[in-house]
Amino acid sequence: MVRTALDQTAIELTNIQKSFGGVKALKNVSFKINKGEVVGLLGDNGAGKSTLVRCISGIHQPDSGEIKVNNQAVNIASPLDAREVGIETVFQDLAMVPEFDISANLFLNREIKHKNPILRALGWLDTKAMDKRAKKALNRLNSRIPSYKEAIHNLSGGQRQAVAIARAVNWGADIVIMDEPTAALGVEQSAQVNELINVISSQGVAVLLISHNMQHVVETCDRAVVLYQGQSVADVSISDVSKEDLVGLITGATTQAA
Amino acid sequence: MITLTTNINSVKKFAVKREAFIYYIFLAVLVFFAILLHDTAFLSLDNFMNIVRQTAPITIMAVGLTFALAVGHIDLSIGSVVALSALVGAMLLQTTGIPIAVAGALLTGVAVGLINGVLIERLQVSSLLITLGTMGVVTGIARQISGLESVPIINSDFTAFFGAGDIFGIPSLFIWTIGIAAIAYIAMKKLAFGRHLLAVGGSPKAALAMGIKVTRIRLYALVISSAAAALAGLLYAGRLHGARYTLGEADLLTVIAAVAIGGTSLFGGRACIIGAILGSWLMGMINNGLILSGFSTNEQMIARGVILIIAVAIGVKELKNG
Ligand SMILES: Nc1ncnc2c1ncn2[C@@H]1O[C@H](COP(=O)(O)OP(=O)(O)OP(=O)(O)O)[C@@H](O)[C@H]1O
Ligand SMILES: [Mg+2]
Repeated sequence: MVRTALDQTAIELTNIQKSFGGVKALKNVSFKINKGEVVGLLGDNGAGKSTLVRCISGIHQPDSGEIKVNNQAVNIASPLDAREVGIETVFQDLAMVPEFDISANLFLNREIKHKNPILRALGWLDTKAMDKRAKKALNRLNSRIPSYKEAIHNLSGGQRQAVAIARAVNWGADIVIMDEPTAALGVEQSAQVNELINVISSQGVAVLLISHNMQHVVETCDRAVVLYQGQSVADVSISDVSKEDLVGLITGATTQAA
Repeated sequence: MITLTTNINSVKKFAVKREAFIYYIFLAVLVFFAILLHDTAFLSLDNFMNIVRQTAPITIMAVGLTFALAVGHIDLSIGSVVALSALVGAMLLQTTGIPIAVAGALLTGVAVGLINGVLIERLQVSSLLITLGTMGVVTGIARQISGLESVPIINSDFTAFFGAGDIFGIPSLFIWTIGIAAIAYIAMKKLAFGRHLLAVGGSPKAALAMGIKVTRIRLYALVISSAAAALAGLLYAGRLHGARYTLGEADLLTVIAAVAIGGTSLFGGRACIIGAILGSWLMGMINNGLILSGFSTNEQMIARGVILIIAVAIGVKELKNG
């Protein structure tokens, strides 16, 4: 299944390096993702996947290397910078406030303010407008969520994941990064998340998906990039490899010249 | 699916109960004293205005502390800030006018809040320990600058405006209480600021990932808490026509009990301004009722402690039920 009809680069990473003290977490990582493409980012524990994600989403700064979004070099110094260039991240812990309802979480730190200019300057919330848009955002993903007024801690893992994805997409992201979205989910809920990934990539969104689950990768991804001890050691089309090949690349048993 | 829905419903019901708890207990205590003290003036509008005025400094401290608790901090220094800011205000009034005296007192509060906030963030030590330390320091300064003497205030405009008199025929303490309560309620419930406070308290990681300036929000919360205590100090000074290093000394326990019983979580993420106000009025009503029943100050202190333990027990139980 190839969704790269647009074949335009959404994001391109060149020679990304990042060290923590003496630990070289990332050594010269390079790859690109096209619009509407789902790329799996694979690698063993400690290979550098989360570090790379944090560099792209503005939590860490790479020591060197270049990130291009829509063919333009960008400097991502904070999570807000990442958003501004259209990158949204669905974090491993989902980054939601459990006591808040879905609507409040979807709009966290991007609240819609009151129309009255004075109230707006005070930061007065337009709760109605946010609720309305929250409802739309959830409908757009056909997700099975009871109500946008439900508090996050009342939702199942799969539903939370769906809300986190809805939040990313709601902000018109061109690039969505997901760190192990199905790690804590059962079979049915994983399938729902896969479905969501398909929906958003068919809308032209580029997806970078971290996963340890080869079945999940094979089902949802178009390509896979493998990190091994901080280096990108393979960049393969999913249709060209088997699950066993991927496992070999991850463990370093086999190597591939990229 | 069926079990899931019932679970959600019971969680919801419990949450509703917790927020409404203060209304029930307020009513229960009211009825209890009304019956016990039926042959006194307890159940009269005058007595209630009296309670509201008497507790005004407590109410304002409780509202301020709610902001600190919302982000997950505690502020033990508020009692000492009451004394120091009242003294600063009273001493400035001896040589200057009201604006400078008031500004000086409030800035004292802001400064302590900033110091608390910066120390907590820089040293990464719990707010409990840092504010315990600043409490000692601030109390020491208050004793030092006053030489353990009272500082009288003879400026009658000041005393009228801050506590002893009326503004437009309404007791000034009543106006202060309602005004501060309204501003705090709006800030917490209606503004993005309040939502960010609660996000920082509820899940700092989520707040950070969404780009909220967590450190700054925590700092604001502590400054608000401390500035509110400074205002409470001015109200005490106005009402008592002077300041003394002992002002606010015994208030910390009352304020924490009031806020906790009002439904604000002592662990961050849930704040209830109306609850804090009703909570402080409840504490005032209990004091008032105990005095009218002929109980001593010591017994009142015990009652406050018991109420705090009950409020905290409820809070902890709820945290476990999660
Ligand atoms: N903040 C940090 N400070 C110091 N070292 C770090 C930090 N973050 C990551 N590392 C180190 O960088 C390396 C890569 O870690 P990273 O978390 O990116 O791995 P990962 O591929 O996400 O692993 P996992 O599959 O277990 O999530 C590890 O050696 C880790 O110890
Ligand atoms: Mg990781």
